[in-house]
Parts: sequence; C-alpha cells; structure tokens
Amino acid sequence: MTRKGYEGVAVAVPVTVPYVRYSIRAAHWWLARCISEILKSAGLKKDAIDGLSVSSFTLAPDTAIGLTQHLGLSPRWLDHLPLGGASGVVALRRAARAVQAGDADIVACIAGDTNHVDSFRLTLANFSQFARDAVYPYGAGGPNASFAFLTAYYMRVYGATREDFGKLCVAQRANALKYPHALFKKPLTLEEYLSARAIAEPLHLFDCVMPCAGAEGFLVLSEERAKALGIPFAALMGTIERHNAYAADPVQMRAGWALDREDLYAQAGAGPGDMDFVQTYDDYPVISLLQLEDLGFCAKGEAPAFVREHSFTHDGSFPLNTSGGQLSVGQAGAAGGFLGMVEALRQLTGQAQARQVKDAKLGLVSGFGMINFDRGLGSGAAILRC
Amino acid sequence: MLDKPKRKNPVLRTRLPTLPPAARSRAALGLTAAAALGRFELQQCRDCGTVQYPPREACQQCLSIHLQWHPQSGDGELLSSTLLHHSNDLFFRERLPWRLGLVQLDCGPTVVAHLHGGVPPAPARVRVAARLDRAGQAVLVALPEKETSNMADDRQLREFTCDPKFRKVLVTDGKTAAGQAIVKALAQAGAEIIWVGYAEPWKKFSGFDALSKVSQVSLLPLDVTDSKNVRELAAEIGGKVDILINNAEHHRAFGIGNRPGVETARAEMDVNYFGLLRLAQEFGPAMRARGADGLASAAAWVNVLSIYALANFPPHGTFSASMAAAHSLAQCLRAEMRPAGVRVVNVFPGPLDDEWNQLLPPPKVAAAGLAGAIVGALRDGVEDVYPGDVAQEWLARWRDNPKALERELSS
Repeated sequence: MTRKGYEGVAVAVPVTVPYVRYSIRAAHWWLARCISEILKSAGLKKDAIDGLSVSSFTLAPDTAIGLTQHLGLSPRWLDHLPLGGASGVVALRRAARAVQAGDADIVACIAGDTNHVDSFRLTLANFSQFARDAVYPYGAGGPNASFAFLTAYYMRVYGATREDFGKLCVAQRANALKYPHALFKKPLTLEEYLSARAIAEPLHLFDCVMPCAGAEGFLVLSEERAKALGIPFAALMGTIERHNAYAADPVQMRAGWALDREDLYAQAGAGPGDMDFVQTYDDYPVISLLQLEDLGFCAKGEAPAFVREHSFTHDGSFPLNTSGGQLSVGQAGAAGGFLGMVEALRQLTGQAQARQVKDAKLGLVSGFGMINFDRGLGSGAAILRC
Repeated sequence: MLDKPKRKNPVLRTRLPTLPPAARSRAALGLTAAAALGRFELQQCRDCGTVQYPPREACQQCLSIHLQWHPQSGDGELLSSTLLHHSNDLFFRERLPWRLGLVQLDCGPTVVAHLHGGVPPAPARVRVAARLDRAGQAVLVALPEKETSNMADDRQLREFTCDPKFRKVLVTDGKTAAGQAIVKALAQAGAEIIWVGYAEPWKKFSGFDALSKVSQVSLLPLDVTDSKNVRELAAEIGGKVDILINNAEHHRAFGIGNRPGVETARAEMDVNYFGLLRLAQEFGPAMRARGADGLASAAAWVNVLSIYALANFPPHGTFSASMAAAHSLAQCLRAEMRPAGVRVVNVFPGPLDDEWNQLLPPPKVAAAGLAGAIVGALRDGVEDVYPGDVAQEWLARWRDNPKALERELSS
C-alpha cells in the first residue's frame, strides 16, 4: 500500500528558549516558556492548542499528561516521546497525521530539558536497563565512550582521520557564530580542534556535545489555518522512522535511514541532490558521517572523501547544520532532537538572518536517538519544502 | 610489571573508598552469581539457543521466556577500543585513564568490557571473562588471548582481584597443616608480610621451625576465643592487614545423640562462629578504612568454612551447625565490608585430610589443595570457592535440589 502524503499540513513557528549551561529551574519551566513563546509568535491563545507533543528527559517523574495540569492546557490529542534525538522528526510526523485526520487542529511540539550541575550524571546512570547493567559500570563515560567505539571503528575501517571530523566541527562553529542562541561564541580553528584535550580516545573535547538547559518547539497545523493566522510555514514532503534497525550488525555503522531512504525520497518526490541544506543529528561528528552515507549523499565508507570535497558553512557547497548543530549550540537534552527541525523551519521561512542559505527551498532534517546499550536505536528523517 | 609499592607516607591522607556503579537489574545478577564462582555464563534461550547480552527477560530472537544461564566461551574479537580520560563517576575518575573495549563474542553478542593493557589495538583476538568489581557486581573484562607474563599485574585488572602480591596478610591459625600450607602458598604468591597466629604459645607445634624460616613470616600469639587477645592484636597490626584469612577451626565428630552435654558444641561455636565475630569486630573497621589505600589496599577477608555449612552432615552434626552459623555471619560481614570494596571470600572445602575426618572415605582435600584454592580465588577475584570433588558434588546436588541433599546426607 502506498503511503499517504502529508498534503495540507503546515509546519510553522520555530521557537528557541535561549540555552544556558546550567539552570536551577525544572524542565517544566523551560517547556512553559517554550509554549508561551510559540503562542506569542503565532498570535494564539492557550486554548487554541488542542494537541500537545512533549519530549524531555528531566521532566520525570512527570510525563506529558502531568504537564497539561502544570500548564493549564486541555488538549484532545497528547503525545509523550521518550526518543531523545529522534524526537523532533517523530513528533512532526505523528502530529501531521493527527492534523490530517482532524484529531487535532493545532499541535504544539515541544522539547526541553533542564541541566542542574549533577543532572547529566544521574540521567546517564539511569538511562536504560541495558545501560545501567552493561555500560555505566564500565567507566561511566556515558555517550562519550559509546561514540568513541564507533568513531575508532569507523576510522579503522573507512580511513577517516581526525581532520575529517574536525572539518565538520570547524564549519559548524562558523555557522554558529551567526546564530545568536549558540552557547559557543568563539571561532574554532582546525589547530585548536586537533590540539584539544582527549576525552575518550579517539574523541577529544570538540567532538563532544556540551550538555545544557534549553527548549525548542514548533507548531503543526493545517495550511488553511496557517494562512488565516498569517504565519509563514513549510510543507512536509516525506518522513521515515525506524527503531533497532540492523540489530545483527556487531557494531553500528548504519542505522534505519539506510533501510528506509528510498521510501523517504519517493514520498517527497525528490532525491538527495535536490536538497538545499541538511540538518543532521550531530552529538558527535561520526554520526553525521553515517547519516550522509545512509541518506544517500555518498556511498557507505565514502563520507571522508565527501567531507574533503565540500564546505559545510551556510554559504558553502553543502550547507550542513546551519545553526552550528549541537556541537556548537549545546545539547539541551531532548531539545537536541528538535534543533535541526527548528533551524530547517527558520531556513525555509526566511528567518535564518545572517546564516540564511540562499534560495533555500527544500531541506532534509535527520534524527537519531537513544544509546540504549552499544548503539543508537532510533532514526528518522523528514523533508520539508517552503 | 608491577613495581613494589613505595612505603606509605604516614603524613598523607588515606583516600576513602569509592565504589563503581553497583545498580543492576535482577536479570543482570545472574552474571554476578556465576562470576562469584569464577564462571563466565550468559543467558541462552532454551528454545532456539540464541545467546543473549545484556541480560534480559525474553529471547530477542524467538521471544521465549525460557532463558537459562549457561557457561560460554569468552573468545571473541576486539572491534574497537577507547581510553577514557573523563568519567562521570568518582571511582573511575580517581583511576583515569581507563581502557575499554567493544568485543564481538564468538557465541554471538557484542559486549562492552574493561580492556586489559596487554591486548593489542583492534582488531585483536581476546578472551572475555566475568569478574566481580569492587562493588561486588559482575563486570566483563577482555584479556589477552593467551596468558602473558605478569598479566595479573595489570593496573585495571588488579582493581577486580585481590592478588596477594605485595600485600600484607594475616593467617589466624598457623598450627595446622592447612594453615602452614596457606602460608607457604602466600609466600610463593609474593605476599609482602605474613602474620601467622598461633594459640597456646607455650606449646611448641610441629611445623613451627619451618614457618619461622619463611622470610615474610612473623609469628604472633592469637587465640580467637580470647576477646582481649584479638583486640590487642588488632590494635597492633589491624591498620596494616590487607588480607585476613581466618582458618581457625574447632572440629569434633558426632551429632546430637552420641555426645552428652553442650561443651563440645559450645567450643566449636566459640572458635568457628564467635571467633569470626571477634575478628570481624576488631579488624573489620580498620580494613574498611583502607579499601582504597593505593595499589596494596585492604582487599579481602577469607573465611575457611566447610561444605557442611550448606547442609547438615549428621555424623558431624554440631560442627556443621557452627559452620552454618559462621556462613550466615560471613554473609553479614560481606554486606558490611562491601562499601569499602573489601571482598569477603567464603571457602567451602570438602572434608580435609586431617585427624578429625579420619573415618570419612576419600577423596579428601589436601592441605596444599586448600591453600592453592584460596590463593587462586584471591587472584581470580572469586567470592565463593568449593575446593575438592566432594564439595563440588555437594554443591551441584544442593543447587539442583536442597531437600534431596538433606535426605541423601542423612541416609
């Protein structure tokens, strides 16, 4: 059966609650600010929100339903997505179906986390049963250790060098310098990248995201409604989602994108070469390389050559992570899974200011989440058009 | 190779013990149960045979809930490794850098493991084993495929073992053949000092001269039934003991009907149970304080119990009861020593080849066999040891069906 398209769906109102390294507030505070910022930008009253999708790690012990009482919302459609970096794409595709089906008229998709001084350690220690039993007791390195394994393996098998990863990090920092909400405000040179201190070899300081507090959000509604409200929007052309793909691979060198990309491009009626920009999930640069391969921008193992051929600034030959990505903006927990989506909406609705990709019409956003044991389980991608 | 630790600077603060993360699901405790015996077991599906890791509740292949713990070959290939320079946990933070490996086992699963320094860079063949860490929980360690010289000296591996090398040991009874064999094995294993207790110092015992000739040995009067004596000895050497081996034992035959009165049973309890209690109260606190005292920290407390501790052997009925009591107390001691990372090793030998087991048929455990099992357990980081064929058979019968063993022992 052919999948139904997303005709009539509008994605709009990209919102960022400015990040801070540490916050004494709870996740509820960040999510509340996110909702109120969305309402203000869209010119809506709270009661107009009849659908809510929430992603957060530090909201616990609450979930989305508790947040409705906390914020005095009364949605008729509610979703809680404990999917980390895959949450942005997944929130969008579910909300789009709800709007198409008439189960909700206006869905607010929000993601946010707080970051107390000790909360990252506590999140790691209790991330999943497999992590608690079979990863955390091994040095408690968190995702640094998991991605160090993947990076070392990728370097050995496909010949990537630290310079290749560094090129992405340096380009993303250049993008971030034009994004006011990025926590990193100083330029980064390749020399600085290479000489940074080791964290979990072969990963060094600038290969690792910095945990912080913050929130991101957007609205999903019908095109007619968006037009009536007079808000700029993007159309949703295609999406994919997959969990625990290629479970038999001994080490993760590909994820669900490789399985589903043809479906994605067929639904969108476009190919990789048509994209004006790409937002990958980039908690570590190696995972951006896997996405470029699995999403068909180059063949498996050829991302190092692809990186050497291109420049990745917003005005470069392959605009990538145009707001700086998590590596230069910061990782505000589950909001990291929304960062690329919010930036894509800004690019497609002409709100990207100094980092605007020229004539950006079509963009791809990719998500990746949840290192449950030795690999990220969730993957997804969406193609949007203005 | 490990250098002999420098003499401790008494002015410097002794670091307080920290533990690696100890939380585990109940499923994962199966790994710990096997590692406590020195075994590497993973869950295997009874229905389709798939080996599973991490431990879980249902088969990832066929969804069967019949997962059983079975011994597995730890052979595998190192796919990738990392050297951590940062950790979110205090225990590891104090021990950085720390080497980890991602290993694909020949039996199927990919595992994260602590990586021995002797393993070359990936790709490399390795041997994965389960070890108890300082928190008493099982972890996987990837070792060089073939035994290398001084392998046990690896800085990370030593965190999981209680190797007697360069450590100071107290053996509570040097008067028995078993005690003397333990001292000899410790000396060969490179123990730095071996204090050897002997009760009733006015009586010369056989083997005294040979013991005195071992260069590391220092003989000290010790009667575990004398609270004052135990307290004074702990005040003298308690702050230096890294490994305490309590092998003091009072053993007489017979059960209830063949011996009138309670004097013999009381004497057995006084040595086997209260002796352990006295030692634990006097030596335990000092050892707990030194759980992280450098390369030769306080590391282990060994109780020489008996296989009779698991199920009563009526021909040695009161002795069995005292050993069951001692075993129960040893479990309490284990819980109380755990916050310091000091391992309590319980040794459950079958009948020793000594006077008190004269009427029992062979096989019996030789003194040297017991000593080898103790040193082996310390080196391998094992928590429960069952030396001898009789002990192994009783253990297997007991694990299979404790009620059946009770009947078998009373017939």
